[in-house]
Amino acid sequence: MAEENRKPILEVQDLGIDFGGLTAVNNLNMKVYPEQIDGLIGPNGAGKTTVFNMLTKVYQPTRGKIFLEGKDLEKLNPVEASQAGIARTFQNIRLFYNMSVIDNVKTGMHNHFHYNNFDAIFRTGRFRREEKRADQDARELLEIFHLSEYADLTAGNLPYGQQRRLEIARAMATQPKLLLLDEPAAGMNPQETEELMAMIREVRDHFKIAILLIEHDMQLVMQICEHITVLNYGMLLAEGTPQEIQSNPDVIKAYIGD
Amino acid sequence: MKEKFKSNRNSTVSYSLVIALFIILSIMSGAGLLGRKYSSLLVPVCCYIVAAIGLNMNVGISGELNLGQAGFMSLGAFTAVIVAGALNFHGVTAPALVLLICIVCGTLIAGFLGWLMSIPVLKLEGDYLAIVTLAFGQIIVNIINNVYLGIDENGLHFSFVNNSIQMQEDGKMLISGPMGATGVNTASSFLAGFLLVLISLIVVYHIMNSRNGRAIMACRDNRIAASTVGINAVAEKTLAFVISAALGGAAGALYGMNYSSFAATKFDFNLSILILVYVVLGGLGNMTGTIIATTLLVVLPEVLRFLSIYRMLIYAVVLIVIMIVTNNQTIRLRLKNLRQNKKESGKGAKTNG
Repeated sequence: MAEENRKPILEVQDLGIDFGGLTAVNNLNMKVYPEQIDGLIGPNGAGKTTVFNMLTKVYQPTRGKIFLEGKDLEKLNPVEASQAGIARTFQNIRLFYNMSVIDNVKTGMHNHFHYNNFDAIFRTGRFRREEKRADQDARELLEIFHLSEYADLTAGNLPYGQQRRLEIARAMATQPKLLLLDEPAAGMNPQETEELMAMIREVRDHFKIAILLIEHDMQLVMQICEHITVLNYGMLLAEGTPQEIQSNPDVIKAYIGD
Repeated sequence: MKEKFKSNRNSTVSYSLVIALFIILSIMSGAGLLGRKYSSLLVPVCCYIVAAIGLNMNVGISGELNLGQAGFMSLGAFTAVIVAGALNFHGVTAPALVLLICIVCGTLIAGFLGWLMSIPVLKLEGDYLAIVTLAFGQIIVNIINNVYLGIDENGLHFSFVNNSIQMQEDGKMLISGPMGATGVNTASSFLAGFLLVLISLIVVYHIMNSRNGRAIMACRDNRIAASTVGINAVAEKTLAFVISAALGGAAGALYGMNYSSFAATKFDFNLSILILVYVVLGGLGNMTGTIIATTLLVVLPEVLRFLSIYRMLIYAVVLIVIMIVTNNQTIRLRLKNLRQNKKESGKGAKTNG
């Protein structure tokens, strides 16, 4: 892959954040290229989720810059970051539990509707057209994530594995350029993890987006990621291809100890 | 355990219920079966239903506790009195037209004030938000309680001090402070109330099943997740708040036009709580339940009147029992099983959403 002559979709420069006196992340530099599956790994407490929170602007970084397709994200809030094209899932699943599965996905499409409340109240042609299109799109997404049969079920009643998949489907409904997955395989059995990997690849191939994922399942990371960034104590420890990372002595030391 | 989501079926059930109730009650009232006591409740029931549907938008759909719904009702009611007074003074007396204009004005004024209120209120969350809405409700009622307003050929005269209003001979007082509205030409009817209930239901259901309705519920279920899919939580909660307030105003306008005189103290904290009880008892987010609960709880005190001084005691006991029964998982499960058994034995059980 000739990554070097392509423009990165996400570029992070000297990113850092302090919580009071504690520096959680410092001097982080990383690049994510289009249509690439990137892994962000590191021991517990390394600051991986904090990085996600900064990328989605849930946290405002203390230092450094984030560029999405060359655009500076400094002044954006989480809503605008989503509109700019960053979608995410959460380590502890955050679905809209009292809404139906398909409504969860349609909620992800919130910013792709072009009708107003009057159209909604009077059920105008525009409302019906757009709702019909949204319904079709949402069902297509559910199809990709093997959730079609659950479309009308309340999201809170879904089994755990399906909830994880629904969260990714909802994120994809925002039509992102970059998808952030926070421990997508957490709590899954080997077979479910296998299915998930296939699904992540399918999402990348189908939607042509970049994916950055945090994961503790090393088998998954090594199999699926084309590039890996390793964090330790909030600092960049290593980066490279899975082969490079696996043979990197610093990484082995950080994970296993001396 | 797989429970089907059924918003479309819910709305059909609500519409049918309202239409059926209207037809039955109209016939009974026409045939003189209701008696004066219950006939006089027809319009107030509609008012309370509209106010409760509005409040359910805020409490059930948006998930924010609002203790000021009576304040918005009073705003609608007194707006209606002023508008009706002005219209009557200028010779417009057709009840249907006056009522229509009054309800529209009441809705707009209450909706606008709801929007103004939402700016400071929605900076808060949970209990604090509830306390502030309570305060706002009290402020509105207490201000109106001190308003003197009259109309003559020079226009409206307004004062916070009694007797300071100097009017021409043809002048007429519309609001006299603690006495409240006086000399209102009533214009409300059961038909109007029915139509208002139906319109509020349509508005609420149509918003619920639209882009913003989903966003409102998403913010209720998980605000952080909602913001990461690009939903502005404050804007969505404002929408719910304004719809709630506007429907409160519409309900108030209908209420105001139903009595020839009423005082602002009618819309006190107790009324806010009462409407909240209708909503909670009917089920958060459940409009059909709200309609049933409101109807039953408005009628219940009248039915219990024979108990004289024990009336409110029994009313409270009945309320507690209903709350326990409808919220008890075991009893709910039993009822559900009972219903399923009936269905299986092919007897066609009655169900409600």
